[in-house]
Amino acid sequence: MSKAIVMDPKDNVATVVQDIEQGTSVTVTVGDQTREVRVKRRIPFGHKFALSKISKGERVIKYGEVIGFATQPIDVGEHVHVHNVESVYTEEVIKERREKE
Amino acid sequence: MSFQGFRRDDGTVGTRNHLLVVSTVVCANQVARNVAGSVENAVHITHPMGCGHLGADFMRVLSTLAGFGRNPNVAAALVVGLGCENMQAKLVADEIAKSKKPVRYINIQDEGGTLKATRRGIEILLELSREASQYEREKCDLSELILGLQCGGSDATSGLASNPAVGVAADKVVEAGGTVILPEATEWIGAEHLLAKRAVSQEVGEKIYATVDKYIKKALQIGIDIRGAQPTPGNIEGGITTIEEKSLGTICKAGNSPIQGVLQYAEKPPGKGLYLMDEPGLDIESITGLAAAGSQLIVFTTGRGTPTGSPIAPVIKVTANHNTYQKMSDNIDIDVSTLLQGKETLQQAGERILKEIQKVATGKQTKAETLKNREFAIYRAWEHMV
Repeated sequence: MSKAIVMDPKDNVATVVQDIEQGTSVTVTVGDQTREVRVKRRIPFGHKFALSKISKGERVIKYGEVIGFATQPIDVGEHVHVHNVESVYTEEVIKERREKE
Repeated sequence: MSFQGFRRDDGTVGTRNHLLVVSTVVCANQVARNVAGSVENAVHITHPMGCGHLGADFMRVLSTLAGFGRNPNVAAALVVGLGCENMQAKLVADEIAKSKKPVRYINIQDEGGTLKATRRGIEILLELSREASQYEREKCDLSELILGLQCGGSDATSGLASNPAVGVAADKVVEAGGTVILPEATEWIGAEHLLAKRAVSQEVGEKIYATVDKYIKKALQIGIDIRGAQPTPGNIEGGITTIEEKSLGTICKAGNSPIQGVLQYAEKPPGKGLYLMDEPGLDIESITGLAAAGSQLIVFTTGRGTPTGSPIAPVIKVTANHNTYQKMSDNIDIDVSTLLQGKETLQQAGERILKEIQKVATGKQTKAETLKNREFAIYRAWEHMV
């Protein structure tokens, strides 16, 4: 039984649909494939963990889109949240708009 | 992929065969209700507008009323006016007639009062009813469908499950050559750069930015920053990390297709594929704009539950909150809480929604239809009152 949802095959994070205890192996479906990821710490309902290694500065992808960038290296199965991800909204939007003007 | 629909003379396809009575002005509402209430299978739209409109405001009301009449779910229409209002019944009827369907109009002042206008209206509508009864359902391709999307009464389950599941179905409609419309521009804020990146041209991308900027600036004019402090502490506790993620939780119900354009409120999509609609996301105003743009079917996700329906477009309710589904089972059509229980994959839930879309397009009644939820409201505030 899947305890986490991957919204889009391009995603590098999964969202858990129930509280997951540290060290639990979670089965996730990515596109047509199923894989197992062991979570490094407790992940509460609605929170995310990494499906692959994410380097510092690399983009975090959910819903097939960039939801932010990693502020530190993130390991597979690590909790992905405000402590290691920052928004690109302001920076990116301002940059794109400046380019147009 | 196909469904059984009603082919109209202009080539479009309806999922319903409604007789529509349109009131052009608040003063004609009662006659419109009288007439529609006397004829089997007739629906009416009434509203507090129709007089004293200027410029863009006039066009907004006209395009909404005429768009309802032109929607292929309408087989024939009767327009009821008072006579002296600026939203003239003849003008609305002429606009509807562009769809080549039978349309007539009456004015209460010309007919000689409420009773005579009601009687004349019923006579005309009965004639139209006999004409409309000749339409039969035939096999139609899913590419004929304009699917409208909306969410309301959202909760944490919306971004997690019901919206992404609807997104899977929306992508399949686009893949099949159909059209999807995503309104709720105020909920693009924080993800406009991601939407713009999916635009088919630079021009469309710039229109997405301009639309979002318009709402931000209008609100700032009255001292409100609608970007606020996003995501909120409650969002963060719930697992939402950034403003992008929060907005994507809403817009993901439109899937991942390229964005073909940004429609004005009530504007019919000029082509196939995914379109955005400039509209602030108020449930009834939003589904009214979708139906006026020609949507023959609307999918509506909810977390807390809502009874909303449209006079002419079937509205399928989807929730991923099992508690809400049980508590409001007379209002909600589809339960995708199976996703949260790990009993179904996103793909499977999306396919289940697509099947329901095909069934409802073929005539299966939605819960909102069986309960006679026929809400109608025209969006004006942001454009014309701020």
